Amino acid sequence: MTSTRAHRVTAPFGARVVDITRRSQHGPYIELECVDLEGPRPHAGQFYMLMASSRWGGGTGERPFLGRAFSVLRATSPPGSEQGVALQFLVEDVGPGTNRLCELELGDGLSLVGPLGNGFAPPRDGRRALLVGGGVGIAPLAIWRDELGEAATVLLGFRDADHAAGAQLLANPRVATDDGSSGHHGLVTELLDDELDDHSHAEVYACGPPAMLKAVRLQCAVREIPAQLALESGMACGFGACFGCVVQTRSGYVRLCVDGPVLDGADLGPEAFTGIGAGH
Amino acid sequence: MSETEASGAPVDLCGVELATPIINASGTFDAIAARRAFGDELLENFPFGAFVSKTVTVAPRQGNPPPRLWELPAGMMNSIGLPNKGLHGYLAEDLPALVELPVALIVNVMGFSREEVAELVGAFAARAEVAALELNVSCPNVETGLVMGADPNEISRLLEVVRPLTDKPLIVKLTPNASDPAAVAHAAEDAGASAVSLINTIRGMAFAPGTDQPWLGGGTGGVSGPAVRAVALAQVSAVRDAVTIPIIGMGGVQSGADALDLLRAGATAVAVGTESFRDPAAGLRVAAELAALTSPAEVVGHD
Repeated sequence: MTSTRAHRVTAPFGARVVDITRRSQHGPYIELECVDLEGPRPHAGQFYMLMASSRWGGGTGERPFLGRAFSVLRATSPPGSEQGVALQFLVEDVGPGTNRLCELELGDGLSLVGPLGNGFAPPRDGRRALLVGGGVGIAPLAIWRDELGEAATVLLGFRDADHAAGAQLLANPRVATDDGSSGHHGLVTELLDDELDDHSHAEVYACGPPAMLKAVRLQCAVREIPAQLALESGMACGFGACFGCVVQTRSGYVRLCVDGPVLDGADLGPEAFTGIGAGH
Repeated sequence: MSETEASGAPVDLCGVELATPIINASGTFDAIAARRAFGDELLENFPFGAFVSKTVTVAPRQGNPPPRLWELPAGMMNSIGLPNKGLHGYLAEDLPALVELPVALIVNVMGFSREEVAELVGAFAARAEVAALELNVSCPNVETGLVMGADPNEISRLLEVVRPLTDKPLIVKLTPNASDPAAVAHAAEDAGASAVSLINTIRGMAFAPGTDQPWLGGGTGGVSGPAVRAVALAQVSAVRDAVTIPIIGMGGVQSGADALDLLRAGATAVAVGTESFRDPAAGLRVAAELAALTSPAEVVGHD
C-alpha cells in the first residue's frame, strides 16, 4: 500500500483561522492564498480541510455544513516573513461549499485543518515523471512540478479554452481540451498514450475527475508503468474519524483521508472510481 | 494551565473518572488515525475526558459500500456500516495503542445476537485497560441492532445474559428510532445497566440528485449534527424522568451552551460527535466554554 512509504508531515491539532492574503482568477478557477503561521510546509499531494470562518451555511439547500478537502496548489515562504508557510488552493464553484469559498475576499477568515493524508513519492528507478491533470485536479501537480523541476513532463486536460486558463499555473504543459478550443482536440489521456509509447521508463502522477483517473490507471496497468493517483472522495473530517471517504482497493476499503489521497495504481481496480462523488 | 484543566472538576460517571464532562460519541473520533495525522500533540491536548472507541463486533466488517456520506442543512447523514477489525483484531492491534491515551477507555460493542454480545462483554471483562463497556443496541444501519434497542423486553433479556459477565459499568446506548426510548431506558436500569447514552443517529434517506434511487450505499443512513439537537434534548429530558442511573447526553452539541442544556436536562456527561469532524479539537473548545459558563469566577481566578 502507498501508506507504507508515506510522504506526509503531521498537522497542528485542531482547526485554525487564517486570513486570505491573495486572491486571483484563472478562467473559472479561483486561487486563494493564506499565510499559515502555525503549520508546517506540506508535502506535495497532502490536503487541507477548508471552511469559511463566517457564514459557512445558509447557501443553496442551507449548506455547506462540513469542511471541504483541497489538495495544496503551492506552498512557499511567506513574503516578508521567516515564519510559517504561504498556502495556495485552487477552487472551482461547483457546489455550496466551493461557492462560499469563492466568495472570500482579502482579509476574510479561512478555517483550516491540515496538512493531512499522504502525498506523492518520488519516481522509482530513475523513471521520468509524467504529470497528468484534469480540470481543478491540476492543483496537487503544481506543487509536485515545482519539486521535480524541468525533468517532469506535464499533460493537462480541460473542458474548453476558458478552463484551460488554469494551465498557466504550471510551467510548459501540453494541453488538451474536449472541444478543441485550446491545444489538442481530445482527451488528456490521448496525450498520455503518445508519451507512454515514446517513453515507457516513466512514473505517472495523476489527479482529475474519476473517469480520467480510471483511464490513466488502465493505461499504466497494461504497460506495467507505476502510477500514483490522487483521488477525491466525499469526506466529513479528513483525519480518519468518520470512515465516510472509503475507496475500494485490492485489499478492501481504505479511508482516502489517511491511506490516501495518493494511492498506488497497482492497489486499484476499475471499481475504485465509482461511488466517490465529492459533492462540493 | 491547559484548556483541559480549565474545564472544571473531574466527573464520576458510574465509577469511571472523567477529566472533563465532555467525551466523544462512539464512531466519531478514531484516536489512532488522529495520532497519525496530528502526532503526539493529540495526547498532550486530548480533547475528551474519556475515549469511547468505535463499535467492535465479533467478526471483522468491511462496512457499507460508498457513497457513505450526505450533507444536510445543519448536519449530515452517514451510512458507514460499522467497519472494524473484529474482536481479535481490536484486542491485538487497537487496544495496545488506545492504552497510551491519557484518559479512560470505554469500548463500544455490538453483536448480532445475545450470544455475540456476551462473547464481546466476556472478552473485555478480562481486560484491565477497559474502564467500561457501551452496548450498541441502536445503530440504525444494522437490522438486529434496531430490534434489540427498540424494545424494552429485548433490552431486559440482553442484560440478563451479559450483566453477570462483568463488574465493569455497562452503558446502554439508546436508539431514537424507537416508539418509547424512556421505556427502554427504564427496562435497562431494571436489568442492571450502569448508565444510558443517547441519542444515536436518527434514520434518514436522500435520493441521488435527479433520481428515485437512494444516494447512500446502505440505502438509509443516520442523521446527526445540530439538526438533531432539539430531538436529543427532548429525549434526554424524557429519559431523565424514567431512570435514576447516569445519562450521557449527545446530539448536535457544538458549544458549551449546547452541552449545558443537556446537563440541565439531566445528563452527567455530554458527548461531542459530528462537530469533531469540523474541528478535531472541538471537544476542547466545548469543555472550555462549558467551564466558563458553569464556574466563571474560578476561571477568572486562575488567570
